[in-house]
Amino acid sequence: MMSFNPNDLVAILPELILLGATCAILLIDLFLKPSQRDVTHWMSIAALAVSACFVWQGAPAAGQGLSAFNGMFLHDGISVVLKQFVLLMSGLSLFYGRNYMRERQLLIGEYYLLILFATLGMMLLVSAGSLISAYLGLELLALSSYALVALNRDSSVSAEAAIKYFVLGALASGLLLYGMSMIYGATGTLDLARISASIGQVEHPGWLAFGLIFLIAGIAFKLGAAPFHMWLPDVYQGAPTAITVFIGSAPKLAAFGLAYRLLEGGLGGLSEHWTLMLAILSVFSLAIGNLFAIAQSNLKRMLAYSTISHVGFLLLGFVGASPAGFSAAMFYAISYSLTAAVAFGMIGLLARKGFECEEIEDFKGLNQRSPWYAGIMAIAMFSLAGVPPLFGFFAKLLVLKAAIDAGFLWLAIVAIVFAIIGIYYYLRVVKVMYFDSAADASALPLPSDVPLRWVISLNGLALIVLGFAWGPLFDWCNRAFGI
Amino acid sequence: MAQWPLLSVLIWLPIAGAILVLALGRDPRVARWLSVLVALATLAASIPLYLGYDAPAGGMQFIESHAWIDALKVHYALAADGISVALIVLTTFTSVLVIIGSWGPIDKRVSQYMAAMLALEGMLIGVFAATDALLFYVFFEAMLIPMFIIIGIWGGPRRVYATLKFFIYTFLGSIFMLIGLIYLHMKTGEFSLQAFAQAPLGPSEQAWLFFAFLIAFAIKVPMWPVHTWLPDAHVEAPTGGSVILAAIMLKVGGYGFIRFSLPITPDASQEYAWVVIAMSLVAVVYIGYVALVQDDMKKLIAYSSIAHMAFVTLGLFIALALVRVHGNPDAARLGVQGAMVQMISHGFVSGAMFSCIGVLYDRLHSRMIRDYGGVVNVMPWFGAFFVLFAMANCGLPGTSGFVGEFMVILAAFQDNFWIAAVAAFTLIIGAAYTLWLVKRVIFGEVTNPKVAKFEDLDAREWIVLGSFAAAVLAVGVYPKPLTDLMDSSVLQIVNALMLSKA
Repeated sequence: MMSFNPNDLVAILPELILLGATCAILLIDLFLKPSQRDVTHWMSIAALAVSACFVWQGAPAAGQGLSAFNGMFLHDGISVVLKQFVLLMSGLSLFYGRNYMRERQLLIGEYYLLILFATLGMMLLVSAGSLISAYLGLELLALSSYALVALNRDSSVSAEAAIKYFVLGALASGLLLYGMSMIYGATGTLDLARISASIGQVEHPGWLAFGLIFLIAGIAFKLGAAPFHMWLPDVYQGAPTAITVFIGSAPKLAAFGLAYRLLEGGLGGLSEHWTLMLAILSVFSLAIGNLFAIAQSNLKRMLAYSTISHVGFLLLGFVGASPAGFSAAMFYAISYSLTAAVAFGMIGLLARKGFECEEIEDFKGLNQRSPWYAGIMAIAMFSLAGVPPLFGFFAKLLVLKAAIDAGFLWLAIVAIVFAIIGIYYYLRVVKVMYFDSAADASALPLPSDVPLRWVISLNGLALIVLGFAWGPLFDWCNRAFGI
Repeated sequence: MAQWPLLSVLIWLPIAGAILVLALGRDPRVARWLSVLVALATLAASIPLYLGYDAPAGGMQFIESHAWIDALKVHYALAADGISVALIVLTTFTSVLVIIGSWGPIDKRVSQYMAAMLALEGMLIGVFAATDALLFYVFFEAMLIPMFIIIGIWGGPRRVYATLKFFIYTFLGSIFMLIGLIYLHMKTGEFSLQAFAQAPLGPSEQAWLFFAFLIAFAIKVPMWPVHTWLPDAHVEAPTGGSVILAAIMLKVGGYGFIRFSLPITPDASQEYAWVVIAMSLVAVVYIGYVALVQDDMKKLIAYSSIAHMAFVTLGLFIALALVRVHGNPDAARLGVQGAMVQMISHGFVSGAMFSCIGVLYDRLHSRMIRDYGGVVNVMPWFGAFFVLFAMANCGLPGTSGFVGEFMVILAAFQDNFWIAAVAAFTLIIGAAYTLWLVKRVIFGEVTNPKVAKFEDLDAREWIVLGSFAAAVLAVGVYPKPLTDLMDSSVLQIVNALMLSKA
């Protein structure tokens, strides 16, 4: 019954290309001098771009999913959309991180390799067709991320963050694995499609429910949903900003993919149980994320709490357990990662050697120094706050609509109440940039990394453009879910 | 007539102008001239809107509709009826004066200020022209951003507090409306206002929606007791920001009641009209007294704005009782018409009053009444204008302030003598606080030596105050063009009120 079909290799061609390129970069980088690190940089970007082209080219026809390797690997519209954006966000974070890492003598080959491996893990994760491949992808992502956070070996803050991340992440993986084993015990299979088919006729439904709870706890850890969010602020703050850009954007897409594959793909039959659990997680995330963010003075930490609140919003899309809801949630994940990349990227852009620019106060008077970058940052803040006509508003609109359509009107109202609270801390950043004057007028010069300046500007303007032209992206998400 | 998408031009011309000003306005002089040109061009573009609108036919004209998001049936749909046309012309007219008025006082980051003003103008026109609820909401919320920046950068000492309060307060109101709109979308499958108005809704659904809309628009108008953001915002805003805020942004609230509450939830509006009427009457009397004791000129005018805007809500909601209980659609028409005239008139009068205070503030950098006195002795022209606007503010016949209030009180009389009596109280209290302000600021002896050195209006200030004065007198003496413009549209609204939905 286990047979190898050569056609399966075509399905994983983008992953194979990325893997091959990563191995090649690993070898080439060994022979490069530190001054030649740009070669690694552009090779990594090229590897991501080529892989993205093959994802695009190999996309299955609308509504038709393929599975390869006996169902281990799914190749459908959802994985195509998520992979495209995972590759895009990874590429963006390489742009945003280069100057920052170079100034701190951290621009080493490992930085690129770990990000590429993490990206590979995410691609595997969003295509997972069985519990094993989901776990493999997740661990490849997680282990690379732990190492990335610890990349700055001399910083005790980074080391502390990495240890916390590692310990809590390992705990989450353990929970997830334990839940998977229960589900395997109940259904006798690791294949998500077969799990889904056998849900109605399992002998011990209790095991299944038990497994589901552990699974949800593990997913919530990876998403950063409260009350499983403890690692997130420390890691975001402790990691070098270039790494935070990466961890804060692409893995959210992958975590959405994980949640979708496991909950809907595998345990869709139990949706009456997990929708309510996710609704409760959503309320906790909205409350804790928004309330704690107000008290922060460190921008990275504030954005970390804001991430938690955005996860709460993202979960609104899950409570209906309907394709339209998942589509809205995926749209939300895309919108959030694009916006968060600007916000974290801007911290990296303004940072200098010896000056991290991560306190909110450090943004004082940015409008005087550089109206352009103050404007880009303000766009990101208003988009995160969900003010139209920016991209973030429409993402919020869609998940609120999904929740209301699913009959969770109360949850939608809770969400908007916290959105109002949340708006305060985003506005505070705008206030600092626009209404306060810089502490010393002899402002720091902006970095001369031209690609960085261009890419972050385009990324910021995309938030406006997508605020008007979000229809095609929305249609794309809908098509992926067969709507 | 060649089909120019006139409304789109009116919306996007100032917004494109804003980007242009930001890009080219390194030199403040360039920014000033460029923004005036853009504002004038927008004003010019609104003239064909006024002339081309077929007022006797009424209804929505200049219709534009393009699919925006197919999956949700969202449309980029614009159209204007008589009410919209009146408000759009008010917007383009006031924006020109605001930009000219800001030439002198704004001297830092001029291009950003002018760009924010122009962007705000475009978004306000968008609010008045949108016939798709989501598009309306986008403009409705987006205009908070430039106003937030205007108050926050160019405002007074407590500007940060005021602007955050302004933003969060109004955001709070409108986001409940968003939930209501999503709910209506679930019922009807689209976002067009017409579909919303035709959707059958049960009594409890209507009640929930009514209150969702009420929160949004009551905060925007603002009505007592959710008015507290307004005095702070006005006091801290720069003169131009105050003028736009009072003259146009408050009208968005009244306009929202006309477009959303009345047609979409007519039965709930009737059932809870007493709430709105009671809130309006409290505003007329209580806020009038509050205005009386202010020692800050801007605060005084801000409170007076709240009291005057209460006539708008009173006129709109008294119409429901008149139509449905008394079966008197003519009186209802008078009420709605009066509310509309009051909106336009208040736009001119409050804009003019804030401009006057701006003129004084530029000379002495104080808003306190006690710092002035005897201004007419050194600034006779200014004194004349100020007294004229003050008279309009207390509703003297012959000025625009009289027409709207008179119509609303007349309509209220047909419903209930006591409502009319309380509303008419404004004629006393309004006169009291306005005339007392005039007495203390304009007349009397010059006590402050700095006031003695004041120079009278310069040409720029003359243009601004002169234009406002012309508008105030024109509407006051001969309001017929204005009422004719809106009459058929008002009739359609009143007719729609007769139909129950439940």
